[in-house]
This record gives sequence, structure tokens and C-alpha cells, in this order.
Amino acid sequence: MSAPQPLPAFPHRHLLGIEGLSRLDMQLLLDMADEAVEVSRQVEKKKTTLRGRTQVNLFFEPSTRTQSSFEIAGKRLGADVMNMSVGSSSVKKGETLIDTAITLNAMRPDIIIVRHHQAGAVKLLAQKVECSVVNAGDGAHEHPTQALLDALTIRRRRGRIEGLVVAICGDILHSRVARSNIILLQALGARVRCIGPSTLLPAGIAGLGVEVFTSMREGLAGADIIMMLRLQRERMNGSFVPSVKEYFRFFGLDEEKLSYAKPDALVMHPGPMNRGVEIASDVADGAQSLIREQVEMGVAVRMAVLEALARHLPNS
Amino acid sequence: MRPQLLANAELIDPASGRRERGAVLIRDGAIADIAWGTASPAAPEGAETVDCAGHWLLPGLIDMRAFIGEPGAEHRETLRTASRAAAAGGVTTLLCMPNTNPPIDDPAIVDFVKRRARDTAIVNVHPAAALTKGIAGEEMTEIGLLSEAGALAFSDGVKSVRNARVMRRALTYARDFDALVMHHTEDADLVGDGVMNEGELSSRLGLMGIPREAETIVLERDLRLVRMTGGRYHAALITQPQSIELIERAKAEGLPVTCGASINHLVLNENDIGDYRSFFKLSPPLRHEDDRLALAEALDAGIIDVVVSDHNPQDVETKRLPFAEAADGAIGLETLLAGGLRLVNGGSVRLERLLHALTVRPAELLGLPAGRLTAGAPADLIIVDPDVAYILDRASLWSRCKNTPFEAARLEGRVLATYVAGQLVYQYASA
Repeated sequence: MSAPQPLPAFPHRHLLGIEGLSRLDMQLLLDMADEAVEVSRQVEKKKTTLRGRTQVNLFFEPSTRTQSSFEIAGKRLGADVMNMSVGSSSVKKGETLIDTAITLNAMRPDIIIVRHHQAGAVKLLAQKVECSVVNAGDGAHEHPTQALLDALTIRRRRGRIEGLVVAICGDILHSRVARSNIILLQALGARVRCIGPSTLLPAGIAGLGVEVFTSMREGLAGADIIMMLRLQRERMNGSFVPSVKEYFRFFGLDEEKLSYAKPDALVMHPGPMNRGVEIASDVADGAQSLIREQVEMGVAVRMAVLEALARHLPNS
Repeated sequence: MRPQLLANAELIDPASGRRERGAVLIRDGAIADIAWGTASPAAPEGAETVDCAGHWLLPGLIDMRAFIGEPGAEHRETLRTASRAAAAGGVTTLLCMPNTNPPIDDPAIVDFVKRRARDTAIVNVHPAAALTKGIAGEEMTEIGLLSEAGALAFSDGVKSVRNARVMRRALTYARDFDALVMHHTEDADLVGDGVMNEGELSSRLGLMGIPREAETIVLERDLRLVRMTGGRYHAALITQPQSIELIERAKAEGLPVTCGASINHLVLNENDIGDYRSFFKLSPPLRHEDDRLALAEALDAGIIDVVVSDHNPQDVETKRLPFAEAADGAIGLETLLAGGLRLVNGGSVRLERLLHALTVRPAELLGLPAGRLTAGAPADLIIVDPDVAYILDRASLWSRCKNTPFEAARLEGRVLATYVAGQLVYQYASA
């Protein structure tokens, strides 16, 4: 553990997306996250960066792992963390997003972590509050901390991101994870491919600079990293793909499809997994899987983000 | 009332294309005489002379598509507030859409709207009646009785008639009354969860897209039904080249088909959505810049018959929401002319084409005597300074809702005075 250093400059008050971050910002967050991994592996995990600060986790969509990851990250930095989820809030009683934002703002939190089912909703909320806002997922738009944790996991395992071939597979259309990862990984020099049935590929996806495939065999050829995406239950039966069985046959990652990629290819999944839908259990639990490591990196990346934003908090 | 002589003007008659210095004499609410080429003819005895200071004098605009909240959503807009916005924008006649609560699908409601407009509005307001009862898309309305009551067109407004059989019958029946069927051509199933134009930008923003085919599939179906039935048909809003091509072909074939485009689709594009700005959420959605350019070209070529404001007041509760949850629509009565002049000043549309589509052409489609600078026509006139430049401040708008897509936009051209049946109903007062 290195001696405490002054926090390096992160020029943003909010983290609303990967879009808008410079390459330097990205590298800074990843470097800070590397340090946070060390902190998290000590017996004494507590830092004081956010002592006296209030962090509110405002989740309009249910989430277990992201919310607890942010909660642990905040607590390790000494913040008081409050969880507000939709089931127990006035949002269910018809309060609008803006009113919720204004109400919360009046309680003077320092950082709000927001997840919302609509693209752009987190940005809208950020315009109405005075504190820092972190996007924990907005509709099919962005999920920046997920992309950062994926990049961190890759970088720690491979030592670099530049030049790697990353295949993102599955429901790209509805995936905020895919969008954030496409922007981040390309900015850091990876070659990104998107693989999925055409019904789950957005119309203008090639415009984002990725290579597009509808066959796993072709798309995975030569891949260093395979990122599987979750297929939502409501999209499985007939609306976007005919059935789970058919989806798994053509797009589920099993040992055979894994063999199309490089022999040392690594497998990732943002979770929660649908075993037997987008990924076979033996692959998810196999030697090439980074899935558990991703969860650990999640806490570290969120600590890094909170620390980076901390220097913009009032009176700090 | 004393006769009035609007003198020292640059007269523009969109019907004949004539544009010259001159003066207009108004008597008993109508245009009594026009002095082409003589800026200041001798005023008849007892007449009041108004000096137009060399500004444009032209027929007031006729807007074939405006949504007003009366009855049912008066907190958004009433006939009175809409008419004030219209007057300030130089719109002297507007056609209000039937998407009210209750909808305008019954002669009694047509009568109500006409009476309310007579008593509270300062411009001419005519209702478009619903094409189907309750705007449910299932049974046609009383097209004959509604026409007698004063409905000038039949439309389900923002809704598309999904059932081809219903559309066929309505077109067939409407033909017997020479009624105009106006249709919003958008396939609701294909729109699905879509909230903006489908393409690279929707992919970037993570918003579900609406393909252009949602518009053309319904339009193409309708044109086939028109060929089959002979009903008089108007595609309310087209937004892109595929539709332009379909309309052009139908016209060449001699079908009784016309179409409109909104000022928003002519002047704005999907990039204006930027950071999820819900004021730019429209139905049909704003398209790509290439689509916009094609639309402007089609207007100049006369393929697009009319330009409408598609005025649709939405308030904070329906707009200050995440983009996908926000209501569709933008107000436009007050910026219709300035928006159009942007096309003229940019060189993509000739002035006479623009004005034709804003005055005489909608008058023809609706069977109104207005929109022309001829003796005997109603004295619905506007005086316009085309050169004045300003930055739009939405607080200055008369509409009850302020959801303008032109907030802080640089505009050129301002209506200085608006006359309806010879009465001065609006005069620009500089702040």
C-alpha cells in the first residue's frame, strides 16, 4: 500500500456515462481502482475519504449486486450509505422522478447513485440536484461502472486492453452494459465485436465502430475476451427470439462455442446469469471464467469512482 | 366599422404569386379592393389609413393541424389561449384536432367547439371531427351530420386507423359527402416501444427506434384504398423520402391525394434531441438531416401541399420526464412563419412555395375562401417584417404551454399585425 497521495484530478462532478470521459479519465479511474483492490484485500478495509458524507443509493429498478457493491464501496470509504429502492418509496405513489430528486436534494446528500429503467433519466435527475450523481444504469443507455469493472478485470488479467479482441454477445439492443463497454474498450484500444441475432442488434450499431456478427462461430474466431449478456425473461419466448432452446443452441456459450475463440480466451458476464440460456454452467464455472473476479473488481471500481468524485464535493 | 386602407405595403398574393408594392382596402370584414402597384392610393372618404411602412402584407396563415385542450385539457390550452398564440404567429385560421376529452366525434361537440371559438377565440377556429367514434379506430363517425355541423375534415388526429377495413369504409363513405379524410400514417405495432427515429443515434442514446417503414406501410396501404374507393385523402404528416415518392406517384396517377409536413420536420432533425430533450419528442419522430433536406426539397417542388404547425401543448407534468415517458408534441403556432422563413433564407424553399403551402393550399383543401389576396376574400391579413432578427424567449409566447423546440433559437421574421375579418386582433409591441 503506497503512502496517501493527493487525489489526482478527475474533471467531472458526475459520472453519467463513459461517453464524455477522456482516455486519461478512464485510465485514472482504473489506476485508482487498482489501489482500491489492495485496500479491499486488507483486514482493515476502511478509509476516511468520505467520512461524514452521505451517499444515497436510489434504485428505481431492482438490483442486488450493483446496489450492494455501491453500498460496500461507500462504507469502505467511510460514507453513511442509505438505500432507497422503489418498492419502499413514494415513487410507487405516483411521485415523478423530478420531485423525487428535489425531495432528496433537500436532505443534502453528497452523492446519489441512481439506477432507472429509462435512458437519460439519470442525466435528467442530475440536472435537478446539487450533489454528485453516479449512473448505476439508465435504461438501455449506459452503465459506466460495469464497463469500468470489466476493463479493470481484463487489464489486471491481461496486463493491457490495447489490441485485444473483445466479443460482446447476446442482447445488444437492450443492453446498457454493451453500450458502455463498446465506448470504453474502443477508447482503450480494443477491437470490439458484437454478436447476436439480428432482432437483438440495434439498427445503427455498426456506426459505433464495432464489427457485427450474427454467427458465434465467425464472431468468436480469434477473440481474446468473450462478454456474455443477460437475456431478459420477457424477451425469450417469441418476441425477439423464438425460444430459450433455440437461443441457447445458436447463441448460448457452451464448450463448443468457446473453442471457436482463442485457446486462452476469457469469459465474462455482468450477472445475474441465466444458466442454460446465454451461458452453460460448465463454462460459467470453468477455468476461463472471470465472472467471480468481476464482482470483486466491481467494489474496487465503485470505490475509485466515489473517491474521484469526492474532490468535487463541497468543502472538500 | 369604418373602411380601412392598409397602405404602403409590399403585397404578396400566394394564390397568383404576385408580389408588388400596393395597398388593400378593407370594408365589412372583407377585402374590398386592391391597389397593385400604387403604394398609397387615395383613401375613400371616411376610411382609416394604416401605414404598413413597406412591410409585407399577405393573407393570414391557415394551419391545418393544431391540438387544443378544449374540451378536457384546458390547463394546457383553451381555444382562447390557442387563438392568441395563433394571432401572434400570423395564423388567422386553424383546424383543431379531435383528440379532446370527450373527443370531437359528435355533432354536439362540433357545435360546442364552434360556439366556444366564436365567443372566446380571436382567430377563425374550425374543428376537424374524428374519423372513428371515440377515436377508437373501429366504427366511422357520422360524417354527414358532422359535416353539416361544420367539421371541415375527418381525422383521428394523433392516432392511426389500424384496421384496413374500417379505413376502406370510411374513405368510401366520406366520398359521398366529398369529405376530406386526414390520416396520421404510423403503424402502431411497428412503432412498438419506439420513441425516436431508428438509426445510429437511437443506438447511441439507448432509445428504441421507430423505423421509417412505420410511416410508409400505412401510407402505402391508404393509397391503395384511395385508388379503390376514390375518397379524398390527406396524409397529415410525412417525414421522409420514401413517403414523398409514394405521394408523388399517387398524384401523377391522378388520385385525390394530398399531404402535409410539419414545420418541425422541415426545420429540425433528430440531433436536436441531444441529451434527451423531451421537447423534441414528436410523433412521427424527428428524422435524419437527409430526410429533412428531402422534405424541404419536396415542399419547394410542390409535392408537399401544406405546412402545419402541429401545435401540441404539453406541460411540465407531461414533458419533464425521462425521454421515453414524456408526451409527444411541440407547440408551434407562434413560430410557424419564422420557422418557414428559415427555409427561405437558407435557400432551400422559395418564398412563394412556402406561403402557398401556408395559405391558399390549405384553404383549397378545406374549402375556405381565405388565403388569397383578392377582392371579396375575407380580410384575414397579416403584416410581416421579414428582416427583423431575434432570439426566441419562450416566456414571451402566448400559448399556455411553453414546450417550444425553438427556445433560444435565432429566428428571422416577425408578425407585426394580424387582422381577422378586418379586425385588428394582434399587434406586436416591442418590450
